[in-house]
Amino acid sequence: MSVFNQSRSNIIRLIFIGIFFIIVVQLFNLQIISGKYQKLARDNAVYPKRIYPNRGIIFDRKNKAILNNTIMYDLTVTPSQVKNIDTLELCSLLNIDTAEFRKRILDARFKNGPVRPSVFEDLLPPYMQAKLEENIYKFPGFTLIERPVRVYPFNAAAHIMGYVGEVDSNILRKSNFFYQLGDYVGRSGLEQYYERILMGQRGMQFLIKDNKNRIQGPYQKGEDDTLAIAGRNMRTYLDIEVQQLAEKLMTNKVGAVVAIEPLTGGIIAMSSGPNYNPNDLTGSEKQKNYANLQLDVAGPLLNRAVNGRYPPGSTFKPLGALVALDEGVITPSYGFPCGGAYHGCNRPVRCTHAGGGHAANLRLSIANSCNAYYSHVYRLTVDNPNMGGVEKGYERWKDYMNAFGLGNRLGLDIPSENKGNIPDTNVYNRVYRNSWNSCTNLTLGIGQDMMLATPLQLANAMCIIANKGYYYIPHFAAKFDGSSPDDSLLNKFRVKHEVLTKISDTAFNAVIGGMQDVVDIGTARVARIPGIAVCAKTGTAENYRMIEGKRTKLKDNSVFVCFAPRDNPRIAVAVVVENAGFGATWAGPIAALLMEKFLNDTLRPERVKEVERIAKANLMPAFLVREQYREDSIRAFKWFKLTRDTSVIQKYLGRSNSKPDSTGIPKNEKGPVIKNNPISKPKQTIKTKQGSAIT
Amino acid sequence: MNQRNPAISKGIDWLLVWLYIALAAIGIISIFAASYREGDEIVESFLSLKTDYSRQLLYFVIAAVLATFIVLTDSKFFTATANLWYAFGILLLLLVFPFHTSVKGTNSIIRFGSFNFQPAELCKVFVSLALAKYLSRIETDFRKTRSQLIASAIAVIPAILTIMQSETGLALVYFSFFLVMFREGLPAIILIVGFSLAVLVVATLLIEPNILAIILTAAALLTIYFLRKQIKRKREYLIYIIMIWAVCVGVQRFAVPFMFNEVFQPYQVKRIYDTIGKDYIPKTQADAIQIEQKTKVKKKGDESNYNVKQSKIAIGSGRFIGKGLLSGTQTRYDFVPEQRTDFIFCTIGEGFGFVGSIILMSIYFILLMRIVTIAERQRSVFSRCYAYGVACVLFFHIAINVCMTIGLAPVIGIPLPFISYGGTSLLSFTILLFILIRLDADRQMVLR
Repeated sequence: MSVFNQSRSNIIRLIFIGIFFIIVVQLFNLQIISGKYQKLARDNAVYPKRIYPNRGIIFDRKNKAILNNTIMYDLTVTPSQVKNIDTLELCSLLNIDTAEFRKRILDARFKNGPVRPSVFEDLLPPYMQAKLEENIYKFPGFTLIERPVRVYPFNAAAHIMGYVGEVDSNILRKSNFFYQLGDYVGRSGLEQYYERILMGQRGMQFLIKDNKNRIQGPYQKGEDDTLAIAGRNMRTYLDIEVQQLAEKLMTNKVGAVVAIEPLTGGIIAMSSGPNYNPNDLTGSEKQKNYANLQLDVAGPLLNRAVNGRYPPGSTFKPLGALVALDEGVITPSYGFPCGGAYHGCNRPVRCTHAGGGHAANLRLSIANSCNAYYSHVYRLTVDNPNMGGVEKGYERWKDYMNAFGLGNRLGLDIPSENKGNIPDTNVYNRVYRNSWNSCTNLTLGIGQDMMLATPLQLANAMCIIANKGYYYIPHFAAKFDGSSPDDSLLNKFRVKHEVLTKISDTAFNAVIGGMQDVVDIGTARVARIPGIAVCAKTGTAENYRMIEGKRTKLKDNSVFVCFAPRDNPRIAVAVVVENAGFGATWAGPIAALLMEKFLNDTLRPERVKEVERIAKANLMPAFLVREQYREDSIRAFKWFKLTRDTSVIQKYLGRSNSKPDSTGIPKNEKGPVIKNNPISKPKQTIKTKQGSAIT
Repeated sequence: MNQRNPAISKGIDWLLVWLYIALAAIGIISIFAASYREGDEIVESFLSLKTDYSRQLLYFVIAAVLATFIVLTDSKFFTATANLWYAFGILLLLLVFPFHTSVKGTNSIIRFGSFNFQPAELCKVFVSLALAKYLSRIETDFRKTRSQLIASAIAVIPAILTIMQSETGLALVYFSFFLVMFREGLPAIILIVGFSLAVLVVATLLIEPNILAIILTAAALLTIYFLRKQIKRKREYLIYIIMIWAVCVGVQRFAVPFMFNEVFQPYQVKRIYDTIGKDYIPKTQADAIQIEQKTKVKKKGDESNYNVKQSKIAIGSGRFIGKGLLSGTQTRYDFVPEQRTDFIFCTIGEGFGFVGSIILMSIYFILLMRIVTIAERQRSVFSRCYAYGVACVLFFHIAINVCMTIGLAPVIGIPLPFISYGGTSLLSFTILLFILIRLDADRQMVLR
């Protein structure tokens, strides 16, 4: 029988060979031809972890760290490891209830699964962290994780430094996906402008994870890993003590302060009122704090130093003189017989002085701030016969303004700067239907009409005068530690802008002398500093505002510009305080204190009292109280309509009891979203029909 | 080469022994690669018996002792006791029903303390012996249908018992004995029909029912057209073709849907669909729930689609020379389930790449070819049949297991011979192989 089916052994062999051949072909296909499996395996097992470097530290001119890094703690939870813990104790440590506890555990489970850690509570306040650190051994599954956070040791310079926040989709797209979701990026101020330098270089760590996404160790012993390189430290021109003083002086005031070092264009201090504490936007309360700031009608998030637009008023006069001098339409000895008003046009421009030769020459005209003189000089400049027509003359004048940095962005190193306003001829053509002359916009000569400037532009203008004809773009960054191609960001701040070239030294001295006289014998006597020749100019500008649809005249804005010392100036300051009256009443003293602090490095004892006096003064415009009340009540009503929750709207229901007046302090430190606390009416009111009860 | 007593070692096929040792060694190394944890003391953990690889080493030692005993036994013993062993095997399988422990969703395991024993694995040996015994009987005329049915029954009865223990994979192995019967004279048509039916079933699943029916009809019409002259001479041909066509369409239209809807469990249907790469949409909510429960409960082959995917990634990512021992991320970090047992081939594919896989397949191939050669040189029918039994069982295991890991076969939980972790499996294959070696050593003895 064995012989009978002998051939079949070959068939069986063939079957074996066939199947093995198929296997080998498939192995060849999987392992040699198809290249995708290697990547799939890597994607499975390798977890690329980004290592974030410390951001660069920002120092002031005296090498004090004003923006530093610190460690805060997140409490994370790995749900599967949470066993037999005293939930009540943990809840009491965290100030949450057990329902919230269960909800967060479920959330964590849902988000990252039971075996991976998820954030349970982020950015713990220090006291909570300390208590948890002691007791964390009682709570298996819970861990405190370090997290680097920006900290502002001086609680100052919020608008300048800016803050870091998580990237949004817009930044993601713009960065061409250099950033990833969850990355932190500078969102305003210097943090945003110098993001590339401050952020450093991210590192990559390749870790192995198992099938449940648990980290098992480094991939290939970490040979592909790259180190994170810390961001470069930045040295600024800021003087943090002057900055703090400026912020203190601006407490409860709307306005801005800018102090620049004329020689370099370096900004010594920049403060905007109302202000906020930058550390409020870093800790665990940042969301809430941010919302509060956002909803405050006084606009604490707005940096008025670069975004506030104010008519410069009389502080413009020295510039007007310089333009006329450069154009050669006047000389330092040029005088104007002012009898109390300028009558060259239909409507007279009144002057605070009358006769007495108060404008007999350039120096006197500045010292006495003669409106007639500068109206006249403006007309002389614009109607210069060499120009051929008012339009050409005006264009020429506007070119000067733009060269001074007025009417366009200076380009300092924090984002979102306002242009101010120097109108184009087109604007006048449109408004006056092509029939206008130098009389139409005559008050441009005294810093009014449509002229608007930011405090930064005003301070920069002072630098031009102090430097006798040139300026550097104002900026904060002096240099970065080390060097790299990114330093080219600073190149534009090294360019000297020569804007006035034809003015003789004597002519400059006439203008500067006039400004010195303002301090010595004129309106700015508050700014005198013993032993230092201060040059200044006060300004008082009318202040209109649309309030509830009506153009209302408010108390004048107090404007003050100055620089000191007269020879080799070291500081130029511009101060604007809204709603504060004459330039010399509030803005002047503020500027004087800043100069003294900067130049002498300290304040005289009697001046310290002055600081307190100014800091205590509340110059917040009264309409803000009313406006805040309106905004809050509207929001409360919307909230009520949305949720039928009466708890918020209650206090707005009693119309008769809630007459907001100027006595109320608009900023209530403790109030959450709703700031005002007018007396609430008894509950019965709500029970009436909703529509009629709330109007 | 050998220092042993020549009387004992005489006639032993040392190639088989060396191949066996090589495979067992590869097995232990692979299990080590799959389950070694960073930081374990290697020598210590090899001796501790706490790890899988140390236990596999122990099983190998036991297997070696057992092999020695088998080699020392008189070959007549196996012939004489073959039917007894078979009866013992069936008894063991029956004992499983009252005494089994449910492990990993199978009911085929008896537990002695910490030792798991799976009679279904061991029974292959007994079936090989019994089938060889039956076919080698002088009074057996295998050309008779009755004999063929009896031989089939010998193979199929343990298979049915095994299916009843939810070990479908192991049960399928018993069908490899039909190859032995084929060698001994089973008409080829049975194998061809069986194979064709399998192809038809797969085609039914892959192709739209109506399109397949049209294809079958077209094929039948073409056959009639090409055979029209023969058909004119002999009318029966036409009837045959029409009958075949009817059976095919019947299977495709009625039998397969009936099987899938009524006979198979939904999770089994899903697994078959996963293999051929189609999505299975459960017909009712109850079916979906059952699939979900089954995939949760049943560990062997659960989420078989995921398993195959991960297994292919592991093998594919090995590329030409592999990532090296202990460097395979897929196997080291548990992405491949069951990687010590059914999916052990992944460890080799990932760690040693194409080269390693080919070397392993070559070892298996040489082993199988050697066994067939040995089979053909036997003078006794019993030895020859037994040798074919061994070859076919091994072949079936290797082919199904490797094809499963590389995505060519459904996920059927059967071990890779000599390599997969598992005491019963290693011991069964050792006994299977060494009985053959003993029989072969005595091939010069009188014709039985």
